[in-house]
Amino acid sequence: MDPLSWTGSLGTFLNPALLVLAAALILSALAQMVTSLFAAEQTLRSGPDGKLLARGGALGFFERSTGWLFFGLVLVVLGYIVGGVLMPYGKAGIIGLMAKQFLPVWIALLLTYALSIRFKRRLGLYGKLFDSTVGMIGFGIVMFWVYTALLAGGFGMISTHGALEQISGMKNAKPGSALSNEGLFPHYLLGGDNLARDVFSRMVLGSSVVIAIAPVATLFAFMVGITLGVPAGYYGGKLDTFLSFLANLILAFPVILLFYLLVTPEIRDTGIPSYMAAFLFAFPIVFFVVLLNSRYHTQPRKRNLRVGVVFAVLFWLYLSLLSQQGTPFNFLPGFPVDLFDIDAGLLTVFVSVVFVNSPTVFRIVRGLTMDIKTRDYVAAAQTRGEGPWYIMLWEILPNARGPLIVDFCLRIGYTTILLGTLGFFGLGLSPESADWGSTINEGRKLMQIYIHPALPPALALLSLVLGLNLLADGLREESLKD
Amino acid sequence: MGLFILRRLGVMILTALCLTFIVFFLTNLEPNLEKLAKTEASVRMTDDQVVTWRENRGFNQSIFIRYGEWLGVLPGYVIEGTDGVVRARCAPRGEDVATAPTYCGVMQGQWGFSSVFKDDVLNVVSNRLSLTGWLMLSVMLVMVPASLIIGILAGMKEGSKTDRTLSTFSILTTATPEYVSGVIFISVFTTTAVGLKWFNGSARSAMDDITFVNFTLPVMTIALYGIGYIARMTRASMTEVMTAQYIRTARLKGVSFRNIVIRHALRNALIAPFTVIMLQFPWLLNGVVIVETLFQYKGFGSALVEAAVGNDIDLLLGISVVSVVIVLTTQLISDIGYVFLNPRIRIS
Repeated sequence: MDPLSWTGSLGTFLNPALLVLAAALILSALAQMVTSLFAAEQTLRSGPDGKLLARGGALGFFERSTGWLFFGLVLVVLGYIVGGVLMPYGKAGIIGLMAKQFLPVWIALLLTYALSIRFKRRLGLYGKLFDSTVGMIGFGIVMFWVYTALLAGGFGMISTHGALEQISGMKNAKPGSALSNEGLFPHYLLGGDNLARDVFSRMVLGSSVVIAIAPVATLFAFMVGITLGVPAGYYGGKLDTFLSFLANLILAFPVILLFYLLVTPEIRDTGIPSYMAAFLFAFPIVFFVVLLNSRYHTQPRKRNLRVGVVFAVLFWLYLSLLSQQGTPFNFLPGFPVDLFDIDAGLLTVFVSVVFVNSPTVFRIVRGLTMDIKTRDYVAAAQTRGEGPWYIMLWEILPNARGPLIVDFCLRIGYTTILLGTLGFFGLGLSPESADWGSTINEGRKLMQIYIHPALPPALALLSLVLGLNLLADGLREESLKD
Repeated sequence: MGLFILRRLGVMILTALCLTFIVFFLTNLEPNLEKLAKTEASVRMTDDQVVTWRENRGFNQSIFIRYGEWLGVLPGYVIEGTDGVVRARCAPRGEDVATAPTYCGVMQGQWGFSSVFKDDVLNVVSNRLSLTGWLMLSVMLVMVPASLIIGILAGMKEGSKTDRTLSTFSILTTATPEYVSGVIFISVFTTTAVGLKWFNGSARSAMDDITFVNFTLPVMTIALYGIGYIARMTRASMTEVMTAQYIRTARLKGVSFRNIVIRHALRNALIAPFTVIMLQFPWLLNGVVIVETLFQYKGFGSALVEAAVGNDIDLLLGISVVSVVIVLTTQLISDIGYVFLNPRIRIS
């Protein structure tokens, strides 16, 4: 097999088109910004037939040209993808082959978008997301990585080689290098890294590590933040002072120092991460039990059933999460009830990320609660004689959901960045792990000679966080429209 | 006002004490001390030898007493060891025990001895801090004006194309953590693979002599991540001011748009960003650690990494004291500054 070029035969006419369009778009956008500073203000005007007139003058021209150029650029990018999927192996270069590898993801994305846009009026806030361009772009990027993580991590699709598979002769190989071995995928699409592993496959498989940890860790941080923040905001007083002091204490810590103190093997030996896990993971149980109890405490039979079932399931999960050989918690040694074991390094990373995130969530929830508790419907509930926990969890919390959902998206992005930071300093996860932070860390060491091992994971991380930020922006915009 | 500052100072000192105690506790855990004993004395020590080594050097006292000694509020230990040598906390490295002072802790200016750098912690910290100070200063000089301009331009006409473009730019920068932008910058501007060898990929030479070529990339890497965040806050504050009643009055009076922005809106719109910029310092500390590691600039951040890797207890404590003080001071300044800048609070 011959080595591949970046764009293959597609590039002969698409590459120049891409360059020209991109340059023209940048110029046009800049010209538009400059002219908008000096252009006279113009109100909307309608023509004789009642239609709105387009803006005239230089500004109007640049506005339209920017729009068309952007549209053209999107078409060219689509051309690369569609061309790559349709053309035979290797004809469309590295980009084409990557587009082909991602084919299941494209299909999943198309299906998601077709279904969501078809039924968007029945889907609540999620459906409204498809009214905002920014939200749609962000959602697209996020779902791209979610599907990649699912299909690559769960079904072994997309990635061309194993994350740890080393093939001799491919050490630091250039992107598009051909393998000499028969029977395997014939190219290293994005080249090989320092240990002769495929950069493309590691990037793809790394997404499943990040997508598995970041949302769950953020969810736990939200559980802790909500369970402590709502009462702090509602009751105020000493409780609030004390909890706020604790939150500020953690926030005043430089995050990296905290990571270095918590995620060393020595600290792991003392069992501190396990104790912290025992403490932090108890919050979801407390949250759900109080949530259900406050709702159904007037109907004891219903309450006993629901609270009992939820408590039993959560407590079982809690125990199996904690119980593990070699930690202070070893309740269920070799017993089949222990559902799963979590790698000690992973648990430490998880705990420290939750620990760092929860004070910020606490502050947000507390602020929202203090704002909402002055509303009339809270006063009405108090007059009805509802208990404080019912008011907090069933009156205040649902009404704070808008900002909380937006912050949840932003915070997943932030957690992704934190995980990357941990990987970048080689903390916690094993050095072989394919997660993006660790791969960036490995790749940067030879940065001056080979740039291809470090760039793909860096750009992947960037795009995921960007997608989450755009998604949050779209959600914020749409939730404000109500 | 005086009472307010006094109360804030009280909380600040309490926070600093708690934080340093947490660091003290975490660095003095059993396995860390064992590692320390083995690196200081001999790797092949038996468990018993480790125990006597620790006993002889006062490591077996209660953690609170040792924290007090480190702080300088309790007298340092004087222990006659099992090997017959008298050791005192305040007489390290063969100094005479008899003439040693009773108290020697952070408050007396004795920050201990760094086992990694073989130097006084105070020396290491102050040297490293001055190097990082240059970095921070340059970052501030780039970040603050850039983000304020972007935020004001975006916020003055909400929903305009300028606003859209600049907001997209700020979202992009907030989504780019330092280790990503650093890697991208290095590969684009320094390597032969891309061919634009405009800057240096390492800032090592900047420790002696800061030039445009060796300092641009580290500064831009840190600044970029902050720019987006501050710009978004400035934009939010600017759009809020631009919808205020007095701005509408000015427009109805016929004041030109430029005058409205510069003379009426700007002053009120810049109060909130001031707080945000001040609260950005803890973030900068984070960025500094990443960037100094990436660009091999031996400042405060890389000292943190080296101390943590080498289990240098005294240095880690010194570093955490400094960073905690920096964080808390900027918080205090932002609180006080907010009160001073905001006439509604200042006059009432």
